[in-house]
Amino acid sequence: MSAPDPTLMPVGDVPAPAAASITRPGASRRTQLEEAVLPPLVALLLAAVVGDVLILTFGQSPGAVYRLLLDGTWGNAYGFGQVLYKATTLVFTGLAVALGLRAGLFNIGAESQLAAGGFCAALIGLVLPAGFPALLCLPVYILAAAIGGGAVGAVPGVLKARFGAHEVIVTIMLNFIVLALLNYLTSTRLHVPDTLHTAEIRSGRLPRLADLWPAFQGSAANVVIVLAILAMVGLWWFLFRTRRGFELRAVGLQPHAAEYGGIDVGGVTWRALALSGAIAGIGGLNYVLGYKHYYEEGFATGAGFLGIAVALVGRSHPLGIGLAALLFATLSQGGLAVNALVPKQMVDVLQAVVILAVATSVPEVRRLLRMRRGGGDR
Amino acid sequence: MQKYALSSALTSNAVTLPPSRPGTSFHRIMRKLLLLVGVLLVVHVALLFAHPSGAEKPPAGNTVDVGVVFDLGGRGDKSFNDGAYLGAERAQKELGVRVRFIEPGEGSDRESGLRLLAAEGMDLVIGVGFIFTDDLTQLAKEYPTTKFAGVDYSVATDKDGKVIPPPSNLAALKFREEQGSYLVGALAALVGKSKKVGFVGGMDSPLIQKFEAGYEAGVHQVCPDCTVLAQYAGVTPEAFRNPGKGKEIALAQYQQGANVIFHASGSTGLGVFEAARQTNKLAIGVDADQYAEAPGYVLTSMVKGVDNAVYDAIKKTKDGTFTGGIYQYGLAEQGVGYIYDKNNAKLIPPDVHARLEQLRQDIVAGRISVPSTK
Amino acid sequence: MPDNSALAIRLRDIVKSFGPVQANRGAELEVAHGEIHALVGENGAGKSTLMRVLAGMYSPDSGTMEVDGRDVTGWSTADAIAAGVGMVHQHFMLVPTLTVAENVMLGSELTRGPVLDRAAAEEAVRKLSAETGLAVPPAARVADLTVGQAQRVEILKTLYRGAKILILDEPTAVLSPPEVRELWQVCRSIRDAGGTIVLITHKLDEVIDVSETITVMRAGKTVARMATAGTTPQAIARAMVGRDVALALDAEYMGTPLLPELGAVSALLEVRDLVVHGANGQPVVKSATFSIAPGEILGIAGVEGNGQTELVEAIAGLRPYTGSIALASRDLATLNVRARGDAGLSHIPEDRHERALILDYTVAENLILGQQHRFTRGAALDTPRMLDHARELITRYDIRPDNPSLAARALSGGNQQKIVVAREMARDFKVLLAAQPTRGVDVGAIEFIHARLREARDQGKAVLLVSADLAEVLALADRVAVMYGGRIVALLPRSGATPDTLGPYMTGAERAA
Repeated sequence: MSAPDPTLMPVGDVPAPAAASITRPGASRRTQLEEAVLPPLVALLLAAVVGDVLILTFGQSPGAVYRLLLDGTWGNAYGFGQVLYKATTLVFTGLAVALGLRAGLFNIGAESQLAAGGFCAALIGLVLPAGFPALLCLPVYILAAAIGGGAVGAVPGVLKARFGAHEVIVTIMLNFIVLALLNYLTSTRLHVPDTLHTAEIRSGRLPRLADLWPAFQGSAANVVIVLAILAMVGLWWFLFRTRRGFELRAVGLQPHAAEYGGIDVGGVTWRALALSGAIAGIGGLNYVLGYKHYYEEGFATGAGFLGIAVALVGRSHPLGIGLAALLFATLSQGGLAVNALVPKQMVDVLQAVVILAVATSVPEVRRLLRMRRGGGDR
Repeated sequence: MQKYALSSALTSNAVTLPPSRPGTSFHRIMRKLLLLVGVLLVVHVALLFAHPSGAEKPPAGNTVDVGVVFDLGGRGDKSFNDGAYLGAERAQKELGVRVRFIEPGEGSDRESGLRLLAAEGMDLVIGVGFIFTDDLTQLAKEYPTTKFAGVDYSVATDKDGKVIPPPSNLAALKFREEQGSYLVGALAALVGKSKKVGFVGGMDSPLIQKFEAGYEAGVHQVCPDCTVLAQYAGVTPEAFRNPGKGKEIALAQYQQGANVIFHASGSTGLGVFEAARQTNKLAIGVDADQYAEAPGYVLTSMVKGVDNAVYDAIKKTKDGTFTGGIYQYGLAEQGVGYIYDKNNAKLIPPDVHARLEQLRQDIVAGRISVPSTK
Repeated sequence: MPDNSALAIRLRDIVKSFGPVQANRGAELEVAHGEIHALVGENGAGKSTLMRVLAGMYSPDSGTMEVDGRDVTGWSTADAIAAGVGMVHQHFMLVPTLTVAENVMLGSELTRGPVLDRAAAEEAVRKLSAETGLAVPPAARVADLTVGQAQRVEILKTLYRGAKILILDEPTAVLSPPEVRELWQVCRSIRDAGGTIVLITHKLDEVIDVSETITVMRAGKTVARMATAGTTPQAIARAMVGRDVALALDAEYMGTPLLPELGAVSALLEVRDLVVHGANGQPVVKSATFSIAPGEILGIAGVEGNGQTELVEAIAGLRPYTGSIALASRDLATLNVRARGDAGLSHIPEDRHERALILDYTVAENLILGQQHRFTRGAALDTPRMLDHARELITRYDIRPDNPSLAARALSGGNQQKIVVAREMARDFKVLLAAQPTRGVDVGAIEFIHARLREARDQGKAVLLVSADLAEVLALADRVAVMYGGRIVALLPRSGATPDTLGPYMTGAERAA
C-alpha cells in the first residue's frame, strides 16, 4: 500500500472564472445564429442528397427533377399560388401544434380539429342567409371555426387537467371519433347527393388571390393567407410578449416551477389545448371560405399530421413555422409537378427524410429522444 | 516516500494550469457543421449534373397527349384506379399516345392535377373517380378546347329531376354495375343452393345500392324464394377500407346459411375472402378479377371495364371522334361482366354457365331490364 | 491483487462538453490503490462529470484514462464494471418493488435452472453484508427501506459486481449524523480490505474526517491535490473558491438583540395541527404545530425525508392539507400560491432546478417568477420595467455575470441561488420560507445568503429555515425544531440546542415536543 504524501501542497492563485464552466455568456449573436441555422441547414442538404440518390435510382437526372419541381412551384404564378394555399393550412396546423409544444403538450389532434373547424364554418354558412353583410360574416366564420376546433382541443385539455389523462392518447382517439362523426353527419344528413360534400355556403366567401392579381388564375390561394400571417404574428406576440404566454411557456418548460410561480398549471393546460384546437380549426377556413365553399370529407387529409412536422422543423417558433410550411407546401405541390418523371412516393420519402433529418437536428427533439439521466452537478 | 509519480503540474508548489483553450468544443462542433455544409453542397451540386441514360425520353413526334389523375392513394387499389391505368397503358402501347399520370397527395391536388395537365396542353385529361365531378365540370368550362373524361362521373339533375348534361367537351364514363351484379346474383343463387346468399357493401350509398339492387334482382330471377342477406360496413368512406369489419359481417352471413357472398366494398372485401377461406365457402369479387386474393374460394368477380372505357376515350380522341356526353357501359358494351376462365371453371357447372350466358343475352337484347335502385 | 506499482486511477487532461457547456476542461485525477480519496469542489466544478467519465457513462472529448496502469480511455459502463470500477449515484438506481437481494442481483442473477434462486441470493447478500458491515435485511422490499439503508443496498450492489474501485457521489446528503458515521466505518473497512474509494463531496468536515488525499476541482479543472493530514478546511475552501471565505462551520450564532418573548407579540406565522398526505395517501406531516414571531428565525433540523419538504410546500400552497396556517392572523386556507405571495409570503424552495427557477428563462424573467402579474402593461409584460428590476437586483445581490438576458441555466449554482434569494427578498413579504437555502452553493455564496437571512430577521420578518445541515441551523436559528417521521419531535431554544442534544431526536431515538 502506498502511503499518502504527508506534505501539504499549497494552492496556486487560479482566478475564479466569473461563470464557472459555461461558454454561453460569451456567445455572440453570430454564434447564436450559427447554432440556430447550421444544424437544420445540414439536415436539409442531407435530405437533398438523399433525394438525388433516390432520383438516380429511378433513372432520372436530379438536376432535371429539381428544376421541374421549382418550375412547377415557385416558377410560375399558378404553382406559387398553390404553394401559398397549401402553406396557409399548414401554418395554422403548425402553429396549433407549436402552441401545444410550448406548453409541454403534444397535440396529435390537429387533423380532427382542422376538420371540425371547417365543418362548423360550413354549417354556419348553411344557416347564414345570402346577402348577410360580408364584414360581419368573417368574424362569425372565424368564431365558428375556432369553436369547432377549440371544442375538440378542449376535451383532451380538460381530461388532462382534471384526471391526468395523457393528451397524446386522447387526441389520437379523438381524431378517430371526430372524423368518423363528421363523416357520418356529412354522408347521412348534409351531403349533396352523389358527392361527399355539403351544400355551398351562400355568403361571406372570401376572394381568391387571383381576383386581386389575375396571374394567380386558377390557383386556390385566397385571402385566408392574411389570417395565417396575422395568426403567426399574434401567436408570437402572445407567446413571447404577454403574461399569459410567459406562464404558458413556463408550464411547458418546468411545470413544478410554474406551479411554484403561482401559475394555475391545470388551467394553462386546458386553455392551451383549447387555443391550439381553435387555431387548427380556423385553418379549415382556407378550404371552406376561400376555396371550395363547402365542407368535403377529407378536405385537408394529412395537413394536421403534417402540422406536427411543420412545428418541429420550424422549432415551434412562428417565423420558423412560416418557413417550414412553405417548404412542405413546396414539396407537396412540387410532387405533382415532377410526377411525370418520378413516382409520388419519391416525394413522400423525400418529405420523410426532411422531417427526420431536421427534427433530429433540433435540440428539443434530441432532448425528447435522449433518456433522462440522474441529476447531480455537471 | 512516494511510490508513484504525480504529474508535475500538480505537485509543484504554485499550481499553474494552462489557460483554457479559446477554441471550445462548441466552436469546434460549429466549424465541423460548416465543413459538413460545404461537403454536402458539393456532393449535391455534383449529383445535380448526373444524367443517367434514358432520363427524360425525347418527345416521339407529333401525337396525342393524355393525362390521367388518380384519386388519393388510388393506384394499387386493384379496382377502378388500376383499371384506368391498364387502359391508358394499353392505349400507349397500341395507339402510340403519350400518357402522363398524376397521383394527388391531398384533396386540393385533384383540381391542381387536372389543371396542371390542362395547362400543359394535353389533348385529353381523365379524372378517375366520382369525386372529380365538380372539378372536371369546372375545368371543362375553363379549357373548352381540351377534352375531358370522368370515370364514374356523377351526372347532376336539376330540381325537376331532369339530367343536366355535362359540358360538350366532357365525357362521363358511367357503368351499369347493376347488370353485372345481376349475373353474379343469379350465379350465387344457382351455385349456393342454400336459398340464402350474402351481400357485403362498403359505404351505404346510392352507388353501392346499385350493386345490391342488381344482385338481388339476379338472385330472384333464378330463385324467387331465396333470401339476400345484405349488410353494409358503414356509412363513411372508411367502410371501403375495413377488412376486419368485412370479415365479421361475412362470417355472420355464412353462419346464417349463406354459401356465397358478393362484396362491393373495396379493400373491406379482403376480409370477406378471409372469411370464405376460413369457413370453406365462396365469395364473389368486384371491379377486377380478384381470384388471386383467395384462390379456390373466389367463385367469380363482377368486373367493371374501366380499362376498356378509358381506352375507348383515348382511341376516340386519337381518331378525332371524341364527343362529350354520357357514356353508359353495360353488358352490351362489355363495360361490365363476370369472370369465367380456367381458374374458376371448375367451380361453375356448365349448365349454370349456359344459364348465365342466356341471361346476358336477354339483358343485352333488352328482354330483361335490371333495376338500378332498390 | 492489482499491480501496485501503477496508480489505481490516473485521469489526464480530461475534456468533456455538453453542447456549449464545458463541464471538464483539462481535469486531472490520480488515486493510489487502497486510499480514500476526496474529490471536492463547488457545485458545477465538474466532479460528477469526471467520475461519470471514469465509470464509462460518458466518453471524454479528449484526454487519457488509466485504471491499474491500463489505458481505458473512453470505455463503456460494462467495461468499467468488468474492470471493478463501480459508482454509487446521488439518485439511487434501485427497483423499489423488488427486495434488497433481488436488487443486488439485478443483472447478474443467481439462478437454479431458469428460476431465480432467492435463498442463495439472500444468503450471498447476507454474507457480503457481514463482511463489509453494510447491514440491511436482504428480504425487505427496497420501498420499505430508509434512505440510508437504500444507499447501503446501492453500495452492496456495486461491491457484489466485484468493484475494487468505488465511487461515491455525495453520499451523505441524505444521511443523519449517526448514519454518516456508519458509512465512514464501512468505507474504512472496504479500504482495509484492499479497495479504493473516491468520495465526491463539497462538505469539508467529511473530507477532513475520512479522506487521506484530496483533489480539488474548480470550473472543470483540477486546481490542487493535497494530503489530508497536512491541510485545513480553510485551505481547501480557498482552493475550491479561489479566495478566502468565512465558513458556515465557524459562524457563531448571533442572537437578535430584541428577540421577543413568544406570545408577547402576535406571531407572523402560525401553524396548527397541520396534516399533509403524501402521494401514497399516507400522512407525511402528522399534526405539526408551531408559530414564528416577527424578528425570529425558526430552524427545522432533521434528516431529509421526514416531512420537511411537505411542510414547507403546504405552507406555500403547493400541497393540500388539513389544519390551519395563518399569516399575520389571516387564515391561508382559501388562498392559492399567488394569493399567498401577495399576502406576504416569500419562499425559497429547496429544489432550485425543478421549482425555484425556469432554467431556460433569462435572469430577468426568473427574477419576476411568481410576480409576473405585477409586471404587466395590459396583457403584455412590461419588459423595460422587468429589465430595470433585474439590473437593480443583479447589482444589489452581486449576481454574476451581470447580464439580465442570460438564461439562468448558464449561471453557476451559487449565482442561480442568488437569483432565487434576490427575488424572494425583494418582494414585499412578512414571512420567509427558506428550504435548504444553501444546498449545492459554493462557500462564498453561503456566506452571502446567510447574511441576507439574518438581515430579514433583523427587519422583523419571520423566517422558517429548513436545512439538512445541522451546522447551518445552529448558526442561524433563534429556536430549533427537529422533524422526525412527520412530527415535530423537539422544539428547543437555541441555547439548549447542540449537535449532541439534537442528535437523538433526529434519529428518532427520543421525542420531546
